[in-house]
Amino acid sequence: MTTTEMVDMISLVIDGFEVSVPKGTLVIRAAEKLGIQIPRFCDHPLLDPVGACRQCLVDIEINGRAFPKPQASCTIPVEPGMIVKTQLTSSVAEKAQRGVMELLLMNHPLDCPVCDKGGECPLQNQAMSNGQGESRFEGAKRTFQKPINISSQVLLDRERCVLCARCTRFSEQIASDPFITLNERGALQQVGIYEKQPFESYFSGNAVQICPVGALTGASYRFRARPFDLVSTPSACEHCASGCDMRTDVRRGKTLRRLAGDDALVNEEWNCDKGRWAFKYVTATDRLTTPMIRNSDGVLVQASWPEALAAAAAGLSGHKSAVLVGGRATYEDAYGYSKFARIALATNDIDFRARLSSDEEREFLAAHIVGSTTTYRDIDTADRVLLVAFEPEEESPIVFLRLNKQFRKRALKVTTIATKLSIGVEKLNGEFIKVAPGAEASALSSQALTNKSVILVGERASESAGLLSAVAALAQTSGAKLAWIPRRAGERGALEAGAIGNLLPGGRPVSDASARVDIATAWNTDSLPSDIGKNTNEIINAVNSGSIGALLIGGVDPLDNEMSAQTLAALEKAFVVSLEIAPSMVTERADVILPVAAVTEKSGSFLNWEGRPRAFDSAVTETHNRSDLRILSMVADQMNRTISLGTVTAAAKEIASLGRWDGAKVSITKVSAPSVPSISADEAIITSWRRLLDLGTLQKGEDNLAATSRRTVAVISPKRAQVLGVSDGDTLRISTQYGSVTLPALVEDIHDDAVWAPRNSRGSQLLSQLGIAHGAVVKVAKV
Amino acid sequence: MSDQIEPIAPREISVHDVEFEQVVQNGPKGFFDQLQGFWVTFITMFKKVNTVQYPEEKEPTAERFHGRHQLNRHEDGLEKCIGCELCAWACPADAILVEGADNTEDNRMSPGERYGKVYQINYLRCVFCGLCIEACPTRALTMTNEYELADDSRSKLIFEKADLLAPLRQGMLMPPHPMYPDMEDVNYYRGDVKGSHPSQDVQK
Repeated sequence: MTTTEMVDMISLVIDGFEVSVPKGTLVIRAAEKLGIQIPRFCDHPLLDPVGACRQCLVDIEINGRAFPKPQASCTIPVEPGMIVKTQLTSSVAEKAQRGVMELLLMNHPLDCPVCDKGGECPLQNQAMSNGQGESRFEGAKRTFQKPINISSQVLLDRERCVLCARCTRFSEQIASDPFITLNERGALQQVGIYEKQPFESYFSGNAVQICPVGALTGASYRFRARPFDLVSTPSACEHCASGCDMRTDVRRGKTLRRLAGDDALVNEEWNCDKGRWAFKYVTATDRLTTPMIRNSDGVLVQASWPEALAAAAAGLSGHKSAVLVGGRATYEDAYGYSKFARIALATNDIDFRARLSSDEEREFLAAHIVGSTTTYRDIDTADRVLLVAFEPEEESPIVFLRLNKQFRKRALKVTTIATKLSIGVEKLNGEFIKVAPGAEASALSSQALTNKSVILVGERASESAGLLSAVAALAQTSGAKLAWIPRRAGERGALEAGAIGNLLPGGRPVSDASARVDIATAWNTDSLPSDIGKNTNEIINAVNSGSIGALLIGGVDPLDNEMSAQTLAALEKAFVVSLEIAPSMVTERADVILPVAAVTEKSGSFLNWEGRPRAFDSAVTETHNRSDLRILSMVADQMNRTISLGTVTAAAKEIASLGRWDGAKVSITKVSAPSVPSISADEAIITSWRRLLDLGTLQKGEDNLAATSRRTVAVISPKRAQVLGVSDGDTLRISTQYGSVTLPALVEDIHDDAVWAPRNSRGSQLLSQLGIAHGAVVKVAKV
Repeated sequence: MSDQIEPIAPREISVHDVEFEQVVQNGPKGFFDQLQGFWVTFITMFKKVNTVQYPEEKEPTAERFHGRHQLNRHEDGLEKCIGCELCAWACPADAILVEGADNTEDNRMSPGERYGKVYQINYLRCVFCGLCIEACPTRALTMTNEYELADDSRSKLIFEKADLLAPLRQGMLMPPHPMYPDMEDVNYYRGDVKGSHPSQDVQK
């Protein structure tokens, strides 16, 4: 609640102390404000009250009239003149709580030694603090078969459940994935899944985290450790641009689990399953640990650091070089790349966008996004949210949770301009404006937005020419707030750090002489290159044509771009220095490989899509791996063009001292949308997006997680299905001149001219298999 | 320069400045005085000898002496340890390290879902207080009377699970093997399992 809002305050007395709280506050919260802890299981501040566990019983009296029996303090809002007596002052409340605890423990097994929750269990703790030592129950406890997999990630021990309904309420109210429910009645009541439908929600891990007993446990952490074994470090999620606050638990140098942190402004208390369960890539056995050099026979051999640094420096000095950063670098690392390109390589040929991108996007980012201050808060207060080329549930799950919260709370109107209706938008009951792939811009002009509206544009907008120009124009005319939500965690930070050809750090345009002087002064150098740098595709082409001879590459997957063949050719041709954590298609072709630290092994920060810094410290200290920044600094020293960025702290300090650009921004050249190609009966226009759980590099080795990913299908409209004679489950072949994919068909709400397939899922890696992913005509046939 | 501190000249001390006290020296004792001194030794020769010829001869310890630990087995050979780490939790010296793991159908080390995959006791740290024994919920961990715990390197004094496990007795079968047919983990804890099932016996 902001201070500007008028709030009715209500005074009441709890255990003899008077307290004032806003109207509508629950008694249990008011007691918390006084520091009085009432035991509870079902109560959760972000879920609707339900009063299921009855553990929080207190004595309540209003204006002299007492309730005849103790009441559940988690369901009763405060009232003026209320006098509350908790277990601390009322023997009736205390006895009632003991009774409830005894009943809860009646059927709860005494298997704490084998339970993962042991040691951090609210039931264990409260049984010690508010329960009684002896049980009077002599019968046989109710038992169930244990455990049952309600998804490949989540295990359910029904006999441990205290029926608090936190998990079912979370699934229904927060994730809108009502895949679990309470079945049966009485003593046999139990959490269950619907027949044939496992608990395959992208947010299922939150249910495990909020379970107050060990009824729901995660398969990957099962029996791995006890709380006292773990060293917990607050961290930030490296998987997407949502910017979740996290907690990383490490035992003996190995990350064992990650939990959602508590940040009311960003992820509240939630995160997605990818952020929670995809961390094995760090401890994968194929991690790079020593530098490698390609010897005269063309074979990669291990080398010492001085040798490798010298080889990298010699190669980069000897050629005209360019830098490909990738979207996963931290803010400080991206700044290191940015400074390295300008000072050590004297070029603006740097691009962080290792994916489909355009020059229109680069101008859009420089003109409208760098320094933008649209936040989650704006979604909370928006009168309408327009999604453009953006699939929140798949591409930025916490944005989806925020939209869903506002939709459930006040029926926030969400409109999406897309080709295919998605599960996420269906859950938001969003307005679906169906357009052909590539024709998104034409639908924008008819949108009536106000200055309270928010436009969320995804990174896929760059794939439709003219779309970002139209978005910028719409934001300008309507006054609506504009936010760009990339998929990868490092992209916004890399943009702000100037790891792109048209911007210097702090959003300073390369084209502006005074901006260049600003940075040149701060960096203590005479001048900076003044030409606008090449973008990723231009860099690849320049390597193939011979005008660029060396590449410095961060975490880049060459198959993320539709020019994958050219990219691989360029990697073969150029002198490549690769900074990587694990072997990749780049390291296979690199001339010098310099191993770097993964996110949990270093400190730094990400900027999430809001531009909000998400700082983290190194969680694993037992490592020799160094951050990209440190290594870049060493290479620069070797080249005698020092960038003096030895530590993350130094980089952060330098970034802070540079400040933001307050001069004129780049203006965007309006690009008009090309006409949508016409298609014949056996053709369709392809469109796709990446799913949250797919073949992403950082999800490597997480088999349980991968098993909960959505089914790989090719989606066509009912009309096209009729033309092709296809029904659900038939096999469909999508082909181009490069290759084809064969997938089971699904007939759904999609534009008649289009076919959709996941971009990077098992059996459907469009960019490498078809060479394209959006807006191009493909052949579609029934197999 | 007046503000500079003048160094103090060291005072010279000569041996002649110190006064020595004259020590009175007694002459040798008489013959009988010496015999009196030997008398105690002489009498002791006829007393019961307390010395044990260790290590050739060994005295049994007290029955409840806290010696080296042992990880016990159920009667059919399955391990009693469930990897719960309560021993490690109770240990005041942080001498115990346990890592649990899942029992699977193909690889069953103990009854129930969980077993101790890694079990180490560091005898350089252990104070033999026995709190771990009290903490163990399955009586998997007990102490033997063995006290000869000396060695020539630190690593040798970190005992692994293989060093601590009790030997197989008559009727026991080396895990991994399935649980006794028609028995559950509860039956094991109640002592209903009296030996390995004849069908499992590979020794025959």
